[in-house]
Amino acid sequence: MTTPKIMVVDDSNVIRNKIKTCLGDTPYEFVGAATNGLEAVEQFKLLKPHMITMDITMPHLDGIETIKRIMAIDDQVRILVVSALADKATAIEALKQGAYGFLCKPFSDLDVAEALEELMEDLVDA
Amino acid sequence: MHEDELQVFIDGAVNYFTTVTDTAAEVGSPYLVDTPKKLEFTGIIGISGRKKGLVYFTAPRPMLSRLLAFMGEADMNNDNLADMVGEVANTLSGNARKEFGKDFMISVPVVVSGDNENIKVPKGVKSYAIPISWRNHCAFVVISIE
Repeated sequence: MTTPKIMVVDDSNVIRNKIKTCLGDTPYEFVGAATNGLEAVEQFKLLKPHMITMDITMPHLDGIETIKRIMAIDDQVRILVVSALADKATAIEALKQGAYGFLCKPFSDLDVAEALEELMEDLVDA
Repeated sequence: MHEDELQVFIDGAVNYFTTVTDTAAEVGSPYLVDTPKKLEFTGIIGISGRKKGLVYFTAPRPMLSRLLAFMGEADMNNDNLADMVGEVANTLSGNARKEFGKDFMISVPVVVSGDNENIKVPKGVKSYAIPISWRNHCAFVVISIE
């Protein structure tokens, strides 16, 4: 397949830049970012990424509802939730809506790389 | 909030600095405060649901600048410092859901900076400050939850 495209969704500029930096040594192409759920849905339609990292607690539209809307557009996209919400119920709900994985904040560079690698394996295998 | 329940915030603070930086923080024991602690930047998270109140992280500029550097951020402008303090507050509050569950609902962070803005803690609710020392900087997590 072609180089997997990835979009980063988080209301924190620091976190968006951090994840983007983590992508530097990976085979993924960063194609864009969104600062809230509504923006993410619009950007998704334009950029058509293969993978998304998705925050949960965001203004305007939270990550769970955003996953639901994006999966309704294209259920082949791989979504990694990157959130501080550490309860099992939130992770289960995200997975139920179509997310592929869950990475809890705070995270290290290695955590991000490993989580994306798992997502990538699934993408290649799919 | 019962004193025993504060442990989740202590554990969260220890985990935050160990994961994000190369230096562990010394996280002290919580103590009651009458007037809210407030340093240069404060990230406030409103708590609703089963518990109500607020959690905030307040820190000085130099500490936040160092944290930004660990996040790979070269630009130490006020927007990024505010973003950083809000993100720490969000992470410590969100991680507490591991203990309190999904009914411990957290808001997006509100950040205040400078001397002109006050932090309004809920009336009649005890406020606990947890001191955090890291690389010669001192910050506080304040929990004011009924």
